[in-house]
Amino acid sequence: MLKIKNLHVSVDDTPILKGISLEIKKGEIHAIMGPNGSGKSTLSNVIAGKEDYQITQGTIEFEGKDLLELSAEERAHLGIFLSFQYPVEIPGVSVTNFIKTAINENRKAKGLEPMPAKELLKLIRERMELLNMDKSFLSRSLNEGFSGGEKKRNEIFQLSMLQPKLAILDETDSGLDIDALRIVAKGVNTLRTPENAFLIITHYQRLLEYIVPDFVHVLYNGKIVKTGSKDLALALEEKGYDWIKEEVAI
Amino acid sequence: MEILEKVTKSEYKYGFYTPLEADKVPPGLNEDIIRHISAKKNEPEWMTEWRLEAYRIWQTMQEPQWANIRYKKPDFQAISYYAAPKPKKQLNSLEEVDPELLKTFQKLGISIEEQKRLTGVAIDVVVDSVSVKTTFKEKLAELGIIFCSMSEAIREHGDLVRRYLGTVVPRTDNFYAALNSAVFSDGSFCYIPKGVRCPVELSTYFRINEAGTGQFERTLVVADEGSYVSYLEGCTAPMRDENQLHAAVVELIALEGAEIKYSTVQNWYPGDKDGNGGVFNFVTKRGLCERDSKISWTQVETGSAITWKYPSCILKGDNSVGEFYSVAVTNHHQQADTGTKMIHLGRNTRSTIISKGISAGRSQNSYRGLVKIGPRAINARNFSQCDSMLMGDQCGAHTFPYIEVENPTAKVEHEATTSKIGEDQIFYCNQRGIPTEEAINLIVNGFAKEVISQLPMEFAVEAQKLLAVSLEGSVG
Repeated sequence: MLKIKNLHVSVDDTPILKGISLEIKKGEIHAIMGPNGSGKSTLSNVIAGKEDYQITQGTIEFEGKDLLELSAEERAHLGIFLSFQYPVEIPGVSVTNFIKTAINENRKAKGLEPMPAKELLKLIRERMELLNMDKSFLSRSLNEGFSGGEKKRNEIFQLSMLQPKLAILDETDSGLDIDALRIVAKGVNTLRTPENAFLIITHYQRLLEYIVPDFVHVLYNGKIVKTGSKDLALALEEKGYDWIKEEVAI
Repeated sequence: MEILEKVTKSEYKYGFYTPLEADKVPPGLNEDIIRHISAKKNEPEWMTEWRLEAYRIWQTMQEPQWANIRYKKPDFQAISYYAAPKPKKQLNSLEEVDPELLKTFQKLGISIEEQKRLTGVAIDVVVDSVSVKTTFKEKLAELGIIFCSMSEAIREHGDLVRRYLGTVVPRTDNFYAALNSAVFSDGSFCYIPKGVRCPVELSTYFRINEAGTGQFERTLVVADEGSYVSYLEGCTAPMRDENQLHAAVVELIALEGAEIKYSTVQNWYPGDKDGNGGVFNFVTKRGLCERDSKISWTQVETGSAITWKYPSCILKGDNSVGEFYSVAVTNHHQQADTGTKMIHLGRNTRSTIISKGISAGRSQNSYRGLVKIGPRAINARNFSQCDSMLMGDQCGAHTFPYIEVENPTAKVEHEATTSKIGEDQIFYCNQRGIPTEEAINLIVNGFAKEVISQLPMEFAVEAQKLLAVSLEGSVG
């Protein structure tokens, strides 16, 4: 599904990613862990198509298409979703209006008519139930005045509505209490199918207790320095990132 | 900010110019011209004298200099002050209308009925200065409602006009109001009798159409005791190279217990993206509230090269209420200095001001508002909120709030915010599959929501599209 080969990325001529290669197949869950400043968010932003990054080398393919040729919205239309680490506020635009616009723009890109209101409302109701969300959410301005946890839950709600092929969760667990974390994990596990894939970016392993990854990659100083099973996450938690630094130094 | 730059550089798509044969007076202004205008319109002697007096007052006045706008002053002797279209062929169907024009209407989501009205297929347009007919007239007549052109009102309802004209905006009020009083061409008159709730929204469309003729509209709305009326005013203008002066005067009178809701969508030619051409819009709008009455101004301002406009309320009667909801969009080299005055004279008077300014390109957008609480205005309340949104880094947003309080029981609140459409917001929308133009539309309409929601339904939809079009232009 997603093939990243030897990706080098700079910001203002400072190299951030220094040769990342990663392949995600459908049905898989990958986790990327790493200390602050290792390039985790850069990687997710580059996959999603944020500008201001210079791709100096390497390729990203999604289902055989060259992603680097496509705009952010075209990538979204292909089924790539990013759950933002810091979701933005859009005052005056309700959660319902925003998700309706997003769904219909995605449908438009596929040559489909807008989703009938009845169907949309039904889907919204189901997803809100899944994520234990209150109805009052729907009429609130997008992310405006939301608590950290509410913002993250709203991201997962949008994920569940858009049903992407590849979902990237950028530090979705930060700022979540244990109950919210469980709900988010439940959502992700329910949405998981043999046809889609998840890339979970996190600093801590606690989210991985609830969403069990097939692969764990350790990102350090712009490179994937270690890949393993979920046990790697546990080892990291136990020994800390210094352990990796030592290992890499060898 | 490359995306924003691209989007804000698109041009006004709605300039169109219909050549009409016009009966036009020579340029310039003197007492003879005014007598000529008055005679053309078959006005009674008192009206002619009223105009002449206004002209004499105007000659003693200076153009106001205090607004935050820069422009080349119009040469008032180079303007032709009257143009009446010769009767033109009435069109039978929309098929006879220029398809380009129809496309524009479709983009703005204007209903077929309104398209007909705008293109002169069926009914009443104010084409330039003379309004030919007025809608719903018979239906309204049954209720005793008078809704007609100002010219007709002067002839047919002289007593009413004479009683109220110039009582809210006197001829001495300001330079442009005096000029308008001397030469006003036409406009609308509306009278709602006691206790009558006007069942339809009254609307008139204005068009500036004749090269070099300034347009001087005069509108007078009188809501008698306990009555209600909602009045809509909307405009488009043809694309022109030279500046067109527009100096309208609107007077509203809400008698005891009456309510007037006055909504405007203004989309006049703003000039090209280098700042050439465009309409100069110097408007005086003011309402007088008697006891227990209410006046609500809602405006969506997207057009004109220069906007100088402060729809105001004089809250004379006890318990009267004034409201001002405004969205002003400026792009390219547009300049807007707009806001309101809430003059609290009576007890328990209340006012609300919600102003949303959106600036893009190299434009300058100023809010200027006065809240004045007079010595008798016990327990007066005001709430003002002025929000500015900037697109790109070459435009300006300014807020000039003036507060004068002469009664210690008054409560006046003012809030102001400035925000920027961020690339982060746009990327967030893009990531959800929403293209940039649609994203800006969403963000801007969210920002302006509190004001748009005050507009009557059909108008609100049109206004939403207009906001998008003003900032994007390249739709379709």
